[in-house]
Amino acid sequence: MHFTRLQQRRGDASRAAMSVDTQTVLRIASLARIAMSEEEAERLKPELNNILGWVEQLGEVDTSGVEPLAAVIANHTRMRDDVVTDGDKRDDILANAPVAEHGFFAVPKVIE
Amino acid sequence: MVSNYRIQGATGEWEVVIGLEVHAQITSHSKLFSGASTEFGQEPNCNVSLVDAAMPGMLPVVNGECLRQAVRTGLALNAQINRWSRFDRKNYFYADLPQGYQISQLFHPIVGEGEIEVSLDEKDPEGTVKTIGIERIHVEQDAGKLMHDQHPTMSYVDLNRCGVALMEIVSRPDMASPAEAGAYVRKLRSILRYVGSCDGNMEQGSMRADVNVSVRKPGDELGTRTETKNVNSIRFIQQVVETEARRQVDLIEDGGTVVQETRLFDPDKGETRSMRSKEDAHDYRYFPDPDLLPIELSEEFVAEAKASLPELPDAKRHRYENELGLSAYNAAVLTAEAETARWFEGLAAESAKKQGKPEADVAKAAANWLISDLFGGLNKLGVDLDSSPISAAQGAELLALVADGTLSGPLAKQVFEIMLETGDDPEKIVEEKGLKQTSDTGAIEAVIADILAANSDKVEEYRGGKDKLFGFFVGQTMKAMQGKANPKVVNELLRKALG
Amino acid sequence: MTDITDLGVAEIRDGFRGGAFSAREVAEAFNDAVAGSDALNCFIVKTPEKALEAADEADRALAAGEAKPLSGVPLGIKDLFCTKGVQSTAASHILEGFVPPYESTVSGNLLEAGAGMLGKLNMDQFAMGSSNETSYFGNVVSPWRRNDGGNTPMSPGGSSGGTSSAIAAHIVPAATGTDTGGSIRQPAAFTGICGMKPTYGRCSRYGMVAFASSLDQAGPMARSVKDCAILLEAMAGYDAKDSTSLNEPVPHWEAGLSGDLKGKKIGIPKEYRVDDMPEEIDALWKQGVEWMRDAGAEIVDVSLPHTKYALPAYYIIAPAEASANLARYDGVRYGLRETPDGANLQEMYAATRAAGFGDEVKRRIMIGTYVLSAGFYDAYFTQATKVRTLIARDFDQAWDSCDYLLTPTAPSAAFGLGDLSDDPIAMYLNDVFTVPSSLAGLPAIAVPGGLSKQGLPLGLQIIGKALDEQGVMNAGLAMEDRAGFTARAEKWW
Ligand SMILES: [Mg+2]
Ligand SMILES: [Zn+2]
Repeated sequence: MHFTRLQQRRGDASRAAMSVDTQTVLRIASLARIAMSEEEAERLKPELNNILGWVEQLGEVDTSGVEPLAAVIANHTRMRDDVVTDGDKRDDILANAPVAEHGFFAVPKVIE
Repeated sequence: MVSNYRIQGATGEWEVVIGLEVHAQITSHSKLFSGASTEFGQEPNCNVSLVDAAMPGMLPVVNGECLRQAVRTGLALNAQINRWSRFDRKNYFYADLPQGYQISQLFHPIVGEGEIEVSLDEKDPEGTVKTIGIERIHVEQDAGKLMHDQHPTMSYVDLNRCGVALMEIVSRPDMASPAEAGAYVRKLRSILRYVGSCDGNMEQGSMRADVNVSVRKPGDELGTRTETKNVNSIRFIQQVVETEARRQVDLIEDGGTVVQETRLFDPDKGETRSMRSKEDAHDYRYFPDPDLLPIELSEEFVAEAKASLPELPDAKRHRYENELGLSAYNAAVLTAEAETARWFEGLAAESAKKQGKPEADVAKAAANWLISDLFGGLNKLGVDLDSSPISAAQGAELLALVADGTLSGPLAKQVFEIMLETGDDPEKIVEEKGLKQTSDTGAIEAVIADILAANSDKVEEYRGGKDKLFGFFVGQTMKAMQGKANPKVVNELLRKALG
Repeated sequence: MTDITDLGVAEIRDGFRGGAFSAREVAEAFNDAVAGSDALNCFIVKTPEKALEAADEADRALAAGEAKPLSGVPLGIKDLFCTKGVQSTAASHILEGFVPPYESTVSGNLLEAGAGMLGKLNMDQFAMGSSNETSYFGNVVSPWRRNDGGNTPMSPGGSSGGTSSAIAAHIVPAATGTDTGGSIRQPAAFTGICGMKPTYGRCSRYGMVAFASSLDQAGPMARSVKDCAILLEAMAGYDAKDSTSLNEPVPHWEAGLSGDLKGKKIGIPKEYRVDDMPEEIDALWKQGVEWMRDAGAEIVDVSLPHTKYALPAYYIIAPAEASANLARYDGVRYGLRETPDGANLQEMYAATRAAGFGDEVKRRIMIGTYVLSAGFYDAYFTQATKVRTLIARDFDQAWDSCDYLLTPTAPSAAFGLGDLSDDPIAMYLNDVFTVPSSLAGLPAIAVPGGLSKQGLPLGLQIIGKALDEQGVMNAGLAMEDRAGFTARAEKWW
């Protein structure tokens, strides 16, 4: 396998990395609204830690005084005119709905 | 101005600290990021584009008018306009938010710090001014609507409002009483309506406030605040401050601690309650929206926005006082709402034209008539100025008839009542009902002669020194003239006839 | 007569116009090829009737003297593009059955130009993958096999693996791909075809299922540079419906093609010389340098110092954007909905998303959610976007001394399906040469250069300046001319 060198670099970084525990994995899954059992979280944990450890090598880069990239290619915001050009297509909007009733999307009842 | 509003607790006095986040719907035909209509009260899901429904691959394109209105609003609040701003995604899951994120502005809002001067007493607009800081104004999308009462186990989702442009106007925690919070919102609403960036219609939800409240002992550090969401009237905002401050004081004095949380106001019970708190409610994972480029406003864009601003309420109030000679109170009343000022200015201009005098000479009478007569009349009818049966031109006509002596005060009142009822022109009423005041000395002299002849005993008494009887003769003369005689002429002629 | 399915876009277009065959004959030939390709699993949906419909219209138009640029040419469309009235899933379960009431701008442009649609091409789920093993609709198999006599199914690369496999197998003459970190170029390299990622903003993203908005870019895949030029000309163009679309005229790239590189400087970035790179990749790269020199170019050494940070930056930025882009798949308005007994709204979301997303998609959503979450945002996301600035700056500085960069496309030839699937990072490293130019939004083309010792295709990549697609294609053409790559997978499916 020819990735040994790159993998070694990854290994170094992951050793330094703060690692994510099962509870954190579950919290992230809940934030992302992905149902997850403790066993699944347990299985995912080392994978996530590997990836996070690997990306943490970015910490080596001195970015002081560097602005985050704002636009990939220099380009300006174009502003739309304030005119009604769309809407009035309820059938299209609801066509793929798992449950639609009386012109509404329907979801399990929400108690506020 | 230091507020003296205090809450009496078991352990002494408490101060309340209030900050408001006002969501104001930006006046626009189409939505912030789609071409769907913003019209109110349509059939469900009809004002919805594929973009609003977050169909796969759909992209936002910003409505320039919404940005322009936010900039105009910022300029009206003497705020800093950020020539470089951008949109961020605020991530959370809810059925009224199809994208799974709200496009908003956290890191670089379009408008920075500004301020509003608020008068706490209309009768003394200058003496009770308090400056409330504006922290920022950002532009964001409104959410859709959930209906919970149409189905036993389902909620229904209507996306018509989804994506409508809002300005979130965030104040500093500079208010210290329910009255100040109310005055702030009233003034803010007034400015937005002057600017035309929001219709300020709280009943329809075009303006609503998140009310941040905390309490502290005078001089202490800021306490923990709660945020009561989406309060949609000034009265409710004041109620939220009162009840929430009271609740916090009671809680602390009972040994509890205030939790930083979002709450809901229940107008029926007049109290706030905790929203079912979600553990991740505060982890919105904001980041710049990669579908949208940074907003770079040119110098000309800002200059044009500035040039398009109308005279704002404070400037107008000062002008009414200084140039038109109105009282501080009248000037404040007439400028509180853009609609009133517009009406008044129409009235004053017409009056000046009709009477051939400068506005400054007619403005006082116009202001008095508008504030005491017309407001009173409309009040009785239960209608607003914008549905007044009397137009500004008709009002000016009435005032002109008084000024040229055609109508006496009492006659003018009579004509006014008929105008209010029928919407007819005052001249037509005067003509048809024969209400014109007469200064015809011959006719008046003839009537006086008859009255003196019929009341020779009283003439004797008067001449014998009973001065009070003069009023009796005036009354008799006016009665005989059916109220149409010019009272000044009557007085003169009576004095002459009585010697 | 040669088999119609052996013809490329230009040849079909010209043959059709010259009366060598009708558009219907072309469509029927490719429909048959599509029908017989199930072993490769390139298609999620086949649309032979659409291909015929367009063909009949092309025949009518030609007779009426109204033929359009792509009249008579049938194409495959990657399933990341929403196609009106035809199921569009991005190869996911969560969008299974979704039939868009709208057409993506890019596929619409192609249809508008007269092209027909043979079907929706399989891909990595939500374009997340480099081997086409993450599709809900099963792996795509490359037509290529190792020359060891075995029949190990090989990866066609990803995420545009259905596209690459179908083109390499002559099942479609050309097709659309999309590239976020290499998803056009790496599969092109793995299957011995050409693939072009244009400048970010050249092709509208409207109607293309979003993976990572600041990186996603559509592009053509075909068996020649010229065919890529023809296709890109039809796909590209300003679109007011995409705020990031570039308001630039679309040049006549096909007409501007020239393999003469006299006066051009080709940069060789030293950081792309990875120590463990297979010898045959290095050898091909050196060969490429010779070809460029032969075409008249001057070769210069350049440095892109932040190259090694491109992949880690990419694996923060792309998942972060994806975690938000994929939040709309919640079971409310379209696609899958899972409602366990008594589930409330939030539980319905979680169950739907757990059932609807594959493992790799979940992994990336989790990473993206984590790097954006409270307390980690600056350390991960902000830092990655700053590093991105440095990477873009590296390229800008390189352009001071050269016109194009020549690099290998991928660090290896195709691997067998399953070989890397349990090591995400090893999989991610496939894109080591393609990700930097994606982060900088630059145009790049992958062109086949030769075969590995195992008989598998290897590719070279040309990267150019923003908006210089013409230059990139010309350098690609010079290489194509000299490589003379004619190898072809033997038909076994
Ligand atoms: Mg708020
Ligand atoms: Zn808000």
